[in-house]
Amino acid sequence: MLGHWSVIVAFSVVLAFPFYWMLITTFKQTSDLYDITNNPFIFNARPTLEHLRLLFGETLYLRWVGNTALAGALVVFITLLLALPAAYALARLTGNWGQRLGIAIFLTYLVPPTLLFIPLSRVISLLGLQDTIWSVVVVYPSFTIPFSTWLLMGFFKSIPKELEDAAMVDGLTRFGAFVKLVIPISVSGILTVVIFAFTLVTQEFVYALTFIAPEAHQMVGVGVPTFLVRGDVYYWGSLMAACLITSLPIALVYNLFLDRFIAGFTVGAVK
Amino acid sequence: MKPAEHNVERCGGASATPPSPRERPRVARRPGGRWLGAAMFLPAILYVVAIIGVPFLMAFLYAVGDVRVGSVGYHFVGLENFRSVLHSPAFRRSLFNSVIFTVGSQVLVIVGAFTLALALRDKFRGRGVVRFLVMLPWVAPVSLGAIGWKWILDSLYSVINWLLVAMHLFRQFDAPQWLGEPKLAMMSVILVHTWHVLPFSTVILLAGLTAIPRDIPEAAAVDGAGFWRTLVHITIPMMRPILNVALLFGIIFTFTDMTVVYILTRGGPYDSTQVVPSLAFFTGILGGDLAEGAAISLFLVPILVIVAYLMLRVAHRAEVT
Repeated sequence: MLGHWSVIVAFSVVLAFPFYWMLITTFKQTSDLYDITNNPFIFNARPTLEHLRLLFGETLYLRWVGNTALAGALVVFITLLLALPAAYALARLTGNWGQRLGIAIFLTYLVPPTLLFIPLSRVISLLGLQDTIWSVVVVYPSFTIPFSTWLLMGFFKSIPKELEDAAMVDGLTRFGAFVKLVIPISVSGILTVVIFAFTLVTQEFVYALTFIAPEAHQMVGVGVPTFLVRGDVYYWGSLMAACLITSLPIALVYNLFLDRFIAGFTVGAVK
Repeated sequence: MKPAEHNVERCGGASATPPSPRERPRVARRPGGRWLGAAMFLPAILYVVAIIGVPFLMAFLYAVGDVRVGSVGYHFVGLENFRSVLHSPAFRRSLFNSVIFTVGSQVLVIVGAFTLALALRDKFRGRGVVRFLVMLPWVAPVSLGAIGWKWILDSLYSVINWLLVAMHLFRQFDAPQWLGEPKLAMMSVILVHTWHVLPFSTVILLAGLTAIPRDIPEAAAVDGAGFWRTLVHITIPMMRPILNVALLFGIIFTFTDMTVVYILTRGGPYDSTQVVPSLAFFTGILGGDLAEGAAISLFLVPILVIVAYLMLRVAHRAEVT
């Protein structure tokens, strides 16, 4: 019992500590942060909102958040547009091939950005998308589509076939049954994919770092660690504020859907 | 339309369990179903092939050519780039570092994640809050989490060093330079990456643990097996497939990632934390030598192929048993 709790407390403290540290740093005065004789765990001077003012008033932080949200929305749109029909086809129409094709698609999710970023950077500049968020909007679906197709495929399989059969007897075409019947009853599966694709966009780092250079067009995950540092000067207060404010909402939403993502990852190894 | 022969679907909700042979979808019963199927999944396939397949082929072309940023011509140079990469001390160093980085963090991740998953298996008050806290490193953007660590490991204002000094283990200006000394820097990037991946492996293992029927370990306990014996002889063997899954994903997420290294050390000091992906980035993207950069990234392929193969075996076994 005691062992059980000490394991839980130890892991919670170590894993969550950086976020607690971001919180403390956000509200500390600069002079307090940079005095090595101060106890760093407490406020040695009055808490301050100065770092937040700097972050929101004098950096492009909100712009980066906006860029990321816009790119996220577009990627989600492209993902749904392509993954929904693909998943349905694999679940229902392709017979024995469905499962194998599904696994093949899933495996492409494992192809890492660090393998493709060099040729892709050339493709992006040939398309004239360099330094715009359109570069990531075009590239991110390459990893959101595979995983989303896989998740949706499992979801569609859990819908009884008889439902569509009945609708088709009533005069709907197969595609009509998919649009008018299957999609509306799959709202929770679709929502899972929306959240998954959107959070992946906020978390990605390597492609955004490779394709986008100007400060005004950054995604938040690259903008914060790159442009809140001037030369060798780290604006630790504002940096930590930005990390915390960006991370918490993403973490909260992701956590709600976590079990469903994990079900996708376990690839049938759990029954 | 005939009534379905088996209207009790063994469906596992959103969990993508492979169908058993008995419930294979009946192949397109109406004419045109096959064509509709193809028309519905082709757009997705074409998109993914265009964005993944084409650059993948280009990477091979680059690696056997002499392309640089700004150059116009292309000359085939055969395996020249691979030869020069293999002879470069920087590459050998980074390959060695990648192996240390991956093995080191995966050992820690699997041991840590298994321990944590065991602790989280049974319901207790506050489990939801604990789960949120321990999941943070995985669900928050990794570049931002890594910046948090950069501050915690700062050369001057590190809170860890403050504690070490306060406990009189080190003197003020003699405290460890976590990111400034080769061995410590390697240890730091391994630990920070472990911190990032551990929650992911924990939930995967947790999914496996909760799938073990409760009566099996209980029966072992009745027969007098203690915690450790149950663990070694029952729980771990039953967890084999899911441990494999967690490990395979962990290897991919570690061997091919450069975010933690890039944020914390930029590969330094003196290339002591340079890994294969970050070397490819510095060579191909920042250095503009596309050919050599592509050749370096292609060294990730064998690892990916092996992992994908093993993953398919795990999936296949789960399907036949």
